[in-house]
Amino acid sequence: MSPTELPPTEPASPEVPVPEDALLTVRGLRKAFGQHEVLKSIDLEVRRGEVVTLIGPSGSGKTTVLRCLNGLEVPDAGVAEFAGQLTVDFSTPVAKKQVLALRDRSAMVFQHYNLFPHKTVLENVIEGPVQVQKRPKAEATQEARELLARVGLAGKENSYPFELSGGQQQRVGIVRALALRPQLLLFDEPTSALDPELVGEVLAVIKELADEGWTMVVVTHELAFARQVADEVIFMDGGVVVERGHPDTVLRDPREERTRQFVDRLLNPF
Amino acid sequence: MNINWELVWSSLGPLLTGAITGTIPLALASFSLGLLLALVVALMRLSRNRVVSAVARIYISVIRGTPLLVQLFVIFYGLPSIGITISPWPSAIIAFSLNVGGYAAEVIRAAILSVPKGQWEAGHTIGMSRHQTLVRIILPQAARVSVPPLSNTFISLVKDTSLASLILVTELFRVAQQVAAFSQEFMLLYLEAAVIYWIICLVLASGQSALEKRLDRYVAH
Repeated sequence: MSPTELPPTEPASPEVPVPEDALLTVRGLRKAFGQHEVLKSIDLEVRRGEVVTLIGPSGSGKTTVLRCLNGLEVPDAGVAEFAGQLTVDFSTPVAKKQVLALRDRSAMVFQHYNLFPHKTVLENVIEGPVQVQKRPKAEATQEARELLARVGLAGKENSYPFELSGGQQQRVGIVRALALRPQLLLFDEPTSALDPELVGEVLAVIKELADEGWTMVVVTHELAFARQVADEVIFMDGGVVVERGHPDTVLRDPREERTRQFVDRLLNPF
Repeated sequence: MNINWELVWSSLGPLLTGAITGTIPLALASFSLGLLLALVVALMRLSRNRVVSAVARIYISVIRGTPLLVQLFVIFYGLPSIGITISPWPSAIIAFSLNVGGYAAEVIRAAILSVPKGQWEAGHTIGMSRHQTLVRIILPQAARVSVPPLSNTFISLVKDTSLASLILVTELFRVAQQVAAFSQEFMLLYLEAAVIYWIICLVLASGQSALEKRLDRYVAH
């Protein structure tokens, strides 16, 4: 069943033609928790090398979109397609293998870092490459050290997470995701749990990755970051995409009243 | 009251031998087997399969709802009447292991549930299966949480092994009974046994603190 046949409960979000170089295409993504519909038919396209940011009030469903892409939630309906490699139709009973294959292509950076507290920084980073991807330990370790050095964590390899600041922990979280060599990086409010003075160091790392050409979807409340780094900003509210487009448009001169209200509230909290 | 120091001294050897060849190995063997059993039962209890989970729940309920002494007697004195005869030592180990299995299963289950959900998700996002995440991420963290309650279980077990004297296992308390009956010095021998149990438990408690401190390094604060 093609996603266009799904009866929309809300006006469908504006159709975007599938770009030639799309890495990930999502159509008609739906998810309900019990009676509560969290996602009401979400469409999403992410091109290679593109940064898409999801903004919106809490409860708007933006985190759930990420979690569905990473297989941490199984949507009720919708189709996710990784260019030419994998198509998962969630409206059919989805095989476990498909969810795992979907998960293999992306890696998540969590709001609360979710580092493994009983493992050192280095062990956190090489756990996936060595245990799951079965890469040689020496090679994975070498790569992990280089990645850690690049985010300013050289010398912290043998520290335990609790010995690090929040900003350092989140940078380890980012390196742990990078070490998996995913096609797509997913950031779930990566700076929301941080003290204000530590936000910058994490955003700087993410911006650098964007400049290097990593493809990423970022859920964030940092509008300045979105404006600087994003290729596309998607504003969600109540489980639907209200507006999407270039950050200059969506964040400075939105078409929709709801978007305007949200952006105003973030820029002028008082 | 006159203390018969000579008897204290001469009985110390047999009592310590009872502790070293009876009480301690009995406790160690039963605790190890019981922990293995408890881990299996805890995972069964957490299983999404309702039948599996129900079996575990019933087992835990029976073990916790009946006296250990009764469990011991059923195995040693009861089973022979349906043709199963087990000698004292194995009977004691079976009964104590089953008992530890029931109590420790709940401890381990709670410890597993105490590990934040985000740890499962972090395991999954780096591509681990449920089993891999359980073994490499969740259980090591659950282990730290369960050290204090499991130490309690172990210390209780050391003292409970004295019940094995009632099914003819030669351990610390049975030796004390024998010497007491022979010498008629009941107060002295039972107090002497009590002191030895106490010392064993003191050693265990200090071992617990050391273990907690060691494992503390690995958990978030």
